[in-house]
Amino acid sequence: MENKKVKSSSAGLSDKTSDIILVAITAIVLLIVAYPLYYVVVASFSDPYDVYAGKTFLLPSGFTLSGYKAVFAEKTIVSGYINSIKYTVIGTIFSVTMLYITAYPMAQKDLPGRKAISIFFLITMYFGGGLIPTYLVVRDTHLIYNMWALFLPGGVAVGNMIIVRNFFQNSIPHDLIEAAGIDGCSKLRTFVSVVIPLSMPIMAVMVVFSMVAYWNDWFTALIYLRAEDAPLPLVMRNILIKSSASAAQASTISGGFAELNKLTESLKFCSMIVAAAPMLVVYPFVQKYFEKGFMSGAVKG
Amino acid sequence: MNESSAPVLAPRKKSLNQRLRANWQMYALLLIPVVLTFIYKYIPMYGIQIAFRDFNARQGYWGSKFVGMQWFTRFFNAPTFGRMIKNTILISLYGLLWSFPIPIVLSLIINQLRFARYKRVVQTVLYAPHFISTMVICGMLRIFLSPSGGLINLIFGTQIDFLTQASAFRTIYIASGIWQDAGWGCIIYLATLANVDPGLYEAAKIDGASVFQRIMHIDIPELLPMAILNLIMAAGGLMNVGFEKVWLLQTDLNKATSDVIAVYVYEQGIERANYSYSTAVGLFNTVINLILLFIVNRIASKADGVQFV
Repeated sequence: MENKKVKSSSAGLSDKTSDIILVAITAIVLLIVAYPLYYVVVASFSDPYDVYAGKTFLLPSGFTLSGYKAVFAEKTIVSGYINSIKYTVIGTIFSVTMLYITAYPMAQKDLPGRKAISIFFLITMYFGGGLIPTYLVVRDTHLIYNMWALFLPGGVAVGNMIIVRNFFQNSIPHDLIEAAGIDGCSKLRTFVSVVIPLSMPIMAVMVVFSMVAYWNDWFTALIYLRAEDAPLPLVMRNILIKSSASAAQASTISGGFAELNKLTESLKFCSMIVAAAPMLVVYPFVQKYFEKGFMSGAVKG
Repeated sequence: MNESSAPVLAPRKKSLNQRLRANWQMYALLLIPVVLTFIYKYIPMYGIQIAFRDFNARQGYWGSKFVGMQWFTRFFNAPTFGRMIKNTILISLYGLLWSFPIPIVLSLIINQLRFARYKRVVQTVLYAPHFISTMVICGMLRIFLSPSGGLINLIFGTQIDFLTQASAFRTIYIASGIWQDAGWGCIIYLATLANVDPGLYEAAKIDGASVFQRIMHIDIPELLPMAILNLIMAAGGLMNVGFEKVWLLQTDLNKATSDVIAVYVYEQGIERANYSYSTAVGLFNTVINLILLFIVNRIASKADGVQFV
């Protein structure tokens, strides 16, 4: 024991000292990352005047729920919320299905043409038509003002597909697949009754990735959809970025100028919370699978 | 032929015909993804030719008049051409310089944390901003940077309108990007470090290596190939300054540093319907990216024997 201690101190810092240093560094990083989010939460429950005056660094001041009431009274936000839920649910089901029906055949080593099909997908990761040529195809396939414009052009998310494929190849026991084959299961049957049930960890990760992507997307909707079909983030653009527009909306809710400004400000904080909360609640549940998923994806198949 | 090698060779010995028949269901599954990819990824590539034509919808891709390099010439002579190239490259380059090493350092530190619970909390919190929409991030930035009642100005007791300062734009863009994605960028490195043989650490400890020495001699060599791979990918996207954040943070007064190619492509294409011109500008961007990717990949594969995908 004694001997070891001497050795380790001669080599530099002892483990205990370095533990303290590591915890201190990470604590500072934690603070930098978490504080802005925390501040938004506190501000959303506070009187906007107090936020202005800098009274809300740690705790809400002049506690109020009026901002949240205003958020849910704002028709565009409510309809944006409903649109976002719709797009996220349909888009996630579509995208994860696409990933699975692409990744499974690509995991079959005896598939004739596998390499060529693989390249066919991979090329799209590095080269694409760009904004306008894609826009023109979407228009020619009559998807403008159609919700499917959000899903179909994305097609297969190739990077994720490779992760899923590698998971199929590396993390599903070959014995089970062979056994299913010997029992007379076709490849499709094996897929449905063996591979899919065993792939739940990676499916959970892909579902979350896809949900987050659709929930947070607004650019596609900006280009392809009508204003009334806008998802939540796009609706929020009027409140957060083009403040004057939101002031006009707020003026219909309340009276004088000061009151109007006040409402706009708390509307900003509350709408951000309402928009960010669902995904922040979901991802910790699959966090433990992230690393595993990435690792099986990083190993070349 | 001995028996033990027979099962390994068996699939190869099947004729192509047999293999095709055994896999017909697989082709059926692939049908929709392949068709969608063909329509929405490959037809647009074919559509790139409108960059060399004066496109109008009635005459279509082939009917529209061929104009050669006209749009490219117009772009090179645009008054803001130099500014856009410079801004795009500088935002990217400085962004890469800062955002590439930070996740590596962070994951080296996190990996050495010995309190499992605390480690998990750190990871959860660091991942959080990645799951927030760009729209919300930019909303937060606009509020925090506001001259009246903005968090930054409150803390420093100043009244600066940061988003109207051209000199502040790059810092805002890059710092917020790091805030949002540095934690998420750790995942791939943490996953790599999780695969390090624990015996190595034990041996190092017995030899009296400090935490710092363990990081230097075990962790860093382990991370190097992955880091190089990431660097290559990032370098290949050097001209890919995202549209969303720049567009949301751009004001008339910070355009001197926030004017980038992606925003120009959007303005020309979607807002003004200059389809051919916008496509030409986008193509120019893509080609430069591909060249960069190729060059960096060559350099890196020579240097370290690593080759991407």
